[in-house]
Amino acid sequence: MSILEVRNLTKKFGGLTANQDVSMTVEKNSITAVIGPNGAGKTTFFNMITGIYQPSSGIILLENEKINGLKPHDVSKKGISRTFQNIRLFNEMSVLENVLVGMHTHLKAGLMGILLNLPAIRKEEKASEMNAYNLLEYVGLAHLLNEKACNLSYGAQRRLEIARALAANPKVLLLDEPAAGMNPKETKNLTQLIQSMKHEFNLTVILIEHDMKLVMEISEHIVVLDHGEKIAEGKPENIRNNPKVIEAYLGSGAIQTG
Amino acid sequence: MTTLWKKYEQNKLAQGIFLLIYIGVTSLSLFTAQKSVTAFLLLLASLLLLYFTKFTNLTKWLLAGFVLVFLLPFTASNGDAYQSYMEVSTLVGIYIAMALGLNIVVGMAGLLDLGFVAFFAVGAYTYGIFATAQASNFMPFGTFPLSGESFWLFIIIGGLVAALFGILLGIPVLRVKGDYLAIVTLGFGEIIRIIFNNLDRPINITNGAMGISSVTPPRLFGIDFLYPSQFYYIVLVLLFFTIFTVRRFEHSKIGRSWKAVRENEIAAQAMGVPLVRTKLMAFAIGATFSGMMGVVFAAKQAFVDPTSFTLLESITILVMVVLGGMGSVPGVILGAAVMTILNLQVLTEMTNWLNQLSLSGIISIPYALSPAKMQRFIFGALLILFALYRPKGLLPAKNRIFIEKDLQGVNRKAKLVTTQEQSENEKL
Repeated sequence: MSILEVRNLTKKFGGLTANQDVSMTVEKNSITAVIGPNGAGKTTFFNMITGIYQPSSGIILLENEKINGLKPHDVSKKGISRTFQNIRLFNEMSVLENVLVGMHTHLKAGLMGILLNLPAIRKEEKASEMNAYNLLEYVGLAHLLNEKACNLSYGAQRRLEIARALAANPKVLLLDEPAAGMNPKETKNLTQLIQSMKHEFNLTVILIEHDMKLVMEISEHIVVLDHGEKIAEGKPENIRNNPKVIEAYLGSGAIQTG
Repeated sequence: MTTLWKKYEQNKLAQGIFLLIYIGVTSLSLFTAQKSVTAFLLLLASLLLLYFTKFTNLTKWLLAGFVLVFLLPFTASNGDAYQSYMEVSTLVGIYIAMALGLNIVVGMAGLLDLGFVAFFAVGAYTYGIFATAQASNFMPFGTFPLSGESFWLFIIIGGLVAALFGILLGIPVLRVKGDYLAIVTLGFGEIIRIIFNNLDRPINITNGAMGISSVTPPRLFGIDFLYPSQFYYIVLVLLFFTIFTVRRFEHSKIGRSWKAVRENEIAAQAMGVPLVRTKLMAFAIGATFSGMMGVVFAAKQAFVDPTSFTLLESITILVMVVLGGMGSVPGVILGAAVMTILNLQVLTEMTNWLNQLSLSGIISIPYALSPAKMQRFIFGALLILFALYRPKGLLPAKNRIFIEKDLQGVNRKAKLVTTQEQSENEKL
């Protein structure tokens, strides 16, 4: 069953076409990878799905409901959460507060409720704090809960971004280069984390990644973009041997010389 | 010496005794001295001392309440300077509430607003117009001035009108960011003042540059509020309300979304924080406190005119926030108190003292160099010093500390990575 469907998505920035007629279908509870050389339009593609950019044309359907045209916070409410290629944490806030912001859409507290400190609000707040802590435990950052986000190491910041995205309790999670800048050991941990959270949270994961080992290991479906267009799509083993993909990555000479 | 200090830091009893002696000595000297600004300021400083003790929050609040509600007015009441002390305290309270409002906008939501005094003006004029005959120029019904009893209602109305102005200003203004926002808000602040300055034609609403005079004093149970010592209590109540509200918001969903927007707009949006609504809420709530205090200000001065709401006022409030510590509630309170007292007491006292010296022929200071004239210079110098040596303010903002034990024990997801392995090179 498909959860996310994209039809003929095109994005133009003036004369530059960042994405041209990209279509894809993402199965529920799967891990899909979007790969391609730098500048292929992968992040633009993510930005369109999450509502940061409005597509020039095309349709995005989440569970058969059109979501393009929505504002980013509404997209998040519909159940799409994401991490960023260049880490975007709330640097001056504590680690736990970062995760709490992720729960924003699920908190019902209103202006008056907060002012009067109603028991229901207090209970909700307490429950969300405990949940946030639980998520931190899950990604292995629980002992740093009161630390400022900017004081964490690079790998820890990446995991905090994932915890924050999970806090929104999404249906679809978009990870934009989650392993960038990680050492092999951290990448291995991350691979396990992605696989485990797919089961634990009943998630559909779409990721952009350059680390081919990670991509081949965890993805069930791969979409390859080059110059804004989809050039190939399929299972990892098929993509690995696809001449078009090899050409895109290594240049046209690579195939002839073998 | 350092060990003694450490011991003192840990020992609640020692702190309590020291605080009591301190309060006792300062209040006694304030009570006996006919006019001693030093004693007055030192007694106020006891609140700062109290802040740094290890007492529980409730104890601190009760002690602070006792000092402000009973001790300060009582001990000050024994001298000739009673009303002038209370005047200063009242103004300190008004500025603290405004600085706390601006702190929401600048410190928490990160929106640099250089026209904040506009909301204060809106509050002041709201009461000023309806509490004088001014309103009968354009209101088709009702008799004006309204009675002094309506003041209490107008505190709320003034807050609401200011909030409305906050939203109306915010909708166009919040399309721009950062430095541009600062310039646009500066413009809007001036526009509001100029509108009030010119709104005596075609219908005389604000009485223009002449200002609105003899504003009806507030009245409660048949007693008119005429003196600063009476307004002191109104301000105190509103100030407690302001601090209480700001505290509530700070650690709630709303406060977190303000900070998230300040830290990273795109990430905040992706986490479901509606950008425009969150910013407007910061504008509106910040403006509310300012508007309420504007009403009090109008009633206290019994006179409203556009010159009270110049750009310098906006900048003064901003300096209070920056000096105290952006986003830090205790810091901003301290910053506002220090700035106001510096302005109203220390500088004028120094001027008086220097004048006396030059009168008796010891030194001669040209009039242009008197400290009271150097307010802007001193603001500027202070800001430079703070930017260099304490960029985060007097009492920098702190995140709430969560206690790990209280948060444990939910039905846990299996821990994926052992903490042992992680903690090796987690922290920089």
